[in-house]
Amino acid sequence: MGEGTGDSTGEMLRRVGGDTPLLEVRHVTKRFGSFTANDSVSLKIMPGEIHALLGENGAGKSTLVKIIYGSLQPNSGGVFWKGRPVTVSSPAEARALGVGMVFQHFSLFEAMTVAENIALALPNCRATGELSDTIARVSANYGLPLDPNAHIADLSVGERQRVEIVRCLLQNPELIIMDEPTSVLTPQEADQLFVTLRRLAAEGCAILYISHRLEEVRALCHHATIMRRAKVVAETDPARETVNTLAQLMVGNQITRVVRERGKLGPEAILLKGLTQVSQEAFGVSLKDIDLSVRAGEIVAIAGIAGNGQKELFDALSGEEPLEKEDMVIFAGEAAGLMDINERRLLGAAFVPEERLGHGAVPALKLSENVVLTRHGTGEGIARRGFTRFGKAGRIVETVTSLFDVRKGVLDPEARSLSGGNLQKFVVGREVERTPKILFVAQPTWGVDAGAAAVIRQSLIDLSRKGAAILVISQDLDEIFEIADRIAVISRGHLSKAEDADTLTPEKVGLLMAGGAEKKGAAAA
Amino acid sequence: MMRLELVKRSEKSRLMSVLSPVVAVALTVVFAGMVFAAQGHNPLTGIWYFFLEPITSLWGVEQLITKATPLVIIALGLSVCYLSNNWNIGAEGQLTIGAIVGSILPILFPDFVNPVVLPLMLLMAMAGGALFALIPAKLKTVFGTNEILTSLMLVYCSNLFLDWMVRGPWRSPQGYNFPITVDFHEWAVLNAVDVGGVYLNLSAPIALLLVIVLAVVMRSTLKGFEIRVLGQSPRAGAFAGFSNRRMTAFAFALSGALAGLAGMMVVMSEIGKLQPVISPGYGFTAIIVAFLGRLNPIGILIAGLVIASSYLGGEAIQTSLQMSSKLATVIQGVLLFFVLAADTLILYKVRLVPGREGEGAHA
Repeated sequence: MGEGTGDSTGEMLRRVGGDTPLLEVRHVTKRFGSFTANDSVSLKIMPGEIHALLGENGAGKSTLVKIIYGSLQPNSGGVFWKGRPVTVSSPAEARALGVGMVFQHFSLFEAMTVAENIALALPNCRATGELSDTIARVSANYGLPLDPNAHIADLSVGERQRVEIVRCLLQNPELIIMDEPTSVLTPQEADQLFVTLRRLAAEGCAILYISHRLEEVRALCHHATIMRRAKVVAETDPARETVNTLAQLMVGNQITRVVRERGKLGPEAILLKGLTQVSQEAFGVSLKDIDLSVRAGEIVAIAGIAGNGQKELFDALSGEEPLEKEDMVIFAGEAAGLMDINERRLLGAAFVPEERLGHGAVPALKLSENVVLTRHGTGEGIARRGFTRFGKAGRIVETVTSLFDVRKGVLDPEARSLSGGNLQKFVVGREVERTPKILFVAQPTWGVDAGAAAVIRQSLIDLSRKGAAILVISQDLDEIFEIADRIAVISRGHLSKAEDADTLTPEKVGLLMAGGAEKKGAAAA
Repeated sequence: MMRLELVKRSEKSRLMSVLSPVVAVALTVVFAGMVFAAQGHNPLTGIWYFFLEPITSLWGVEQLITKATPLVIIALGLSVCYLSNNWNIGAEGQLTIGAIVGSILPILFPDFVNPVVLPLMLLMAMAGGALFALIPAKLKTVFGTNEILTSLMLVYCSNLFLDWMVRGPWRSPQGYNFPITVDFHEWAVLNAVDVGGVYLNLSAPIALLLVIVLAVVMRSTLKGFEIRVLGQSPRAGAFAGFSNRRMTAFAFALSGALAGLAGMMVVMSEIGKLQPVISPGYGFTAIIVAFLGRLNPIGILIAGLVIASSYLGGEAIQTSLQMSSKLATVIQGVLLFFVLAADTLILYKVRLVPGREGEGAHA
């Protein structure tokens, strides 16, 4: 990776495109109340350039993109399109100019076909045979094979992204904005996407590329603009930087590396035996004969692309979805399959779900009340004789706050007023503070900035080294290789055998994620 | 061109939580004044007769408390429903069925006369109201039907059932063919006691006690916490180990029981028998009381008194200004409208900003 092929193409294209930038943003400032999200931000994108926009969560990238795409208006500063000042007052106007966008979270209707979904986005267009032909032609042309008559629900996440991209291409854009396009893809799917993007750039289409993955930015992008705390702090040619120097520019100082040493393994604390469950929901994933064991003192990670049974597995482990047989899930030697979530917590288990707001925490409740949420039934005396003791919960908030450096404006704020990273630190800290014997965490650092992610990952490792068995469900391969002792892969409800992390590579895990996990080998360890 | 913009607050405004009902009441008074003016009356005179004159006498205060009591009791139960995201609109029906079930004792067993009858009637009324409320609850949890529709439609069933009972099987033989039952005996009625010139019966202190109990339950018990969590976020509630289905049954049963209790006490104190109409819509008006009181027990106590005064106001303008007492219903509806609208201020700030043309249309 990063051998600099993108570099020479970029040079050439910039010469072809002349000196006039396709898009220029000059000294744009956007304030929300007293908070400044963009502070005199400037950015130039040349035709045919793949331009990276880097920054931590909350650095102001999304605000800038929303201004370019017309969903927000700047307080001051201007946007120039091909040298002319323009006012982009709506996404429709942005599309008319020639700006397209592929979102991180797809906006597709699952029950409709590819062609119908695309027709919805085009002005005055119906899902005709003509449109289907166009879709087939454009998608084949750009190496994005798609069946126009397939239903979205049957497509993989990678294929759904292709639909979004093709939908965008049909509007003949000159600039495509891509928000974290590879966060949901396997390494192989991502490589395929890069081929398409390079091809588009070679034809003169500019791409504004937002990503956290610095390796791929180095390999793909011609130019990078780096934002920190609402300002542009650097512009650079990413191919000339290392991942480390790029990360430093983003964060502003050296990121603390997570320290992981092998722990002492204790007895088997989590045992899944033939865990099978038919999903009751439309488009849900059924769990198929899952075997896994996690011993005290180790972290096992389950990798996989979103929507392959992670949610169903988490619900089965937490007891939110009842199981058929009690010995499908065994915690610390006790068959827990028929227990509800609080009975499982009494066995020493703790849970951190993927969704922070609305599942792990109630948005409008205070942090102390959110402590009561998961700890009223753990025998710690937070609820006694039907009465809740919010004072005790408040002291837990204090401890979690100092241990995890949760930043909050007032002593006991509502959960929704915390930023994503701080709330995640609280939600993880609330469980870790209990020193559970068993911990399940789904997407521990999803959408969290690098600093908070390091704190959370280190806390998981430390907890496991104190003798807890931890099962992490994550989509982020970097994270998995950083913290996991063993790695298993989930694919369409099947779980591969958990293998030693040192014997695996991201490429090998990627192959398993793309379906290799379904060919089950010998019985799991 | 100026433009109004709503800006989301990061936290609920405590000041506005308290002020928004006041804003709503103020706007309602202004609206009422406009209605009086449109009818050719001096708005200030109208407002005086409608809102203030009724409570200038001891008799008026007594009437106010009598009317407020059932509203408060029913609204307390409804607040538990609404907080837990169960939309019980059928308290009027639960009130009616409760009153019918409680009346079994004095009507079918007129010879069973002793001090046990009164508490037994209240308990039976609560059981009747609760069971009747469990119908929409079960329909919701088992079949996924919309409880707003089913609970509302059951009101008409219960009213027609009462109508049939008092005209048919339970009609008094001594009633000259009027659709009424026999008069309840002395142990089956609530007698008023003189409290400093105001005659009150047992129901007002019961309402006060319920306000205090529910305030404690909501504030510091796990059950109260469960009610709030499940109402705001069912998924987080399940994560806490709470059951949505059980909560639906609990909330409906509780509000049905309280509606039944209120209905029985109205019959036992004001009417002394059953007749085709036993409530001037307490079950529906209590919905407004619950929301005007911010679904908070103390707030409901205050709101119950405010709304009860509108009943008296309706009668007052009828006698003093010869206006229709239906205006009271209009004003209650307008009040609920303003309460819901003013609630926006709790979560949003209003700002006046110079607007660019057409900007809002695309957002």
